[in-house]
Amino acid sequence: MIWILDITMLFFLVICAIAAISIKDLLSAIIILSAYSLIMAIVWVEMHSVDVGFTEAAVGAGITTVLFIATLARTEGRSED
Amino acid sequence: MSKIQESVIIRTVVRIMVPFIELFALYVIMHGASGPGGGFQGGVIFGAAIILYAMIYGIAEGKKKMSDSLDRILASAGLTIYAATGLACIVFGGMFLQYNAVPLLSDPALVSKYLIDLVEIGIGITVLAVMISLFFDVSPPESDVEEAKE
Repeated sequence: MIWILDITMLFFLVICAIAAISIKDLLSAIIILSAYSLIMAIVWVEMHSVDVGFTEAAVGAGITTVLFIATLARTEGRSED
Repeated sequence: MSKIQESVIIRTVVRIMVPFIELFALYVIMHGASGPGGGFQGGVIFGAAIILYAMIYGIAEGKKKMSDSLDRILASAGLTIYAATGLACIVFGGMFLQYNAVPLLSDPALVSKYLIDLVEIGIGITVLAVMISLFFDVSPPESDVEEAKE
């Protein structure tokens, strides 16, 4: 465990989470969510849970982003609320 | 979208990268038992390679490589491999997925190792087919993209 890396990553994680739910442009929200997943994967690997980090990187940052963007191409792209 | 698809650099890089991503996916699947990775992650990476190809070369071109019927066949074939491996263990007198009950080789540990790999391959095939069909289902049809461009 590297404490300074842990704290930095968790700090970025919180920032990404808040930004993803507060931003109006949905494409930006998807990109921020993808960055959130990437940081989460780093945190998992840092906590010696390589398997979970692998899944997070492949599914969270990879496939989910692609599926969200493909869905966004069919909708308007701005949040109503 | 269309501008990205027309770029020569991106098309070339994708064409070169796709086989290497697929090779990495096979590595992840085969090393699932002894290290990080496994059928699910490998299947997702393999599916991502084909999704990348379909994104850049167009959905129609991607469907030529991976048609809906092939998707359906692969999804059920992977599940069949998984279930057949589990049921084979019952046939030989063990429990479901009790690998060492299968008297294939003299060493039960070796049988268990190979059958785990077989199960992982089955999971990988199913996950890859389902991921690709998910992408094809949610992605906008080619005609809509053409209309939006005009």
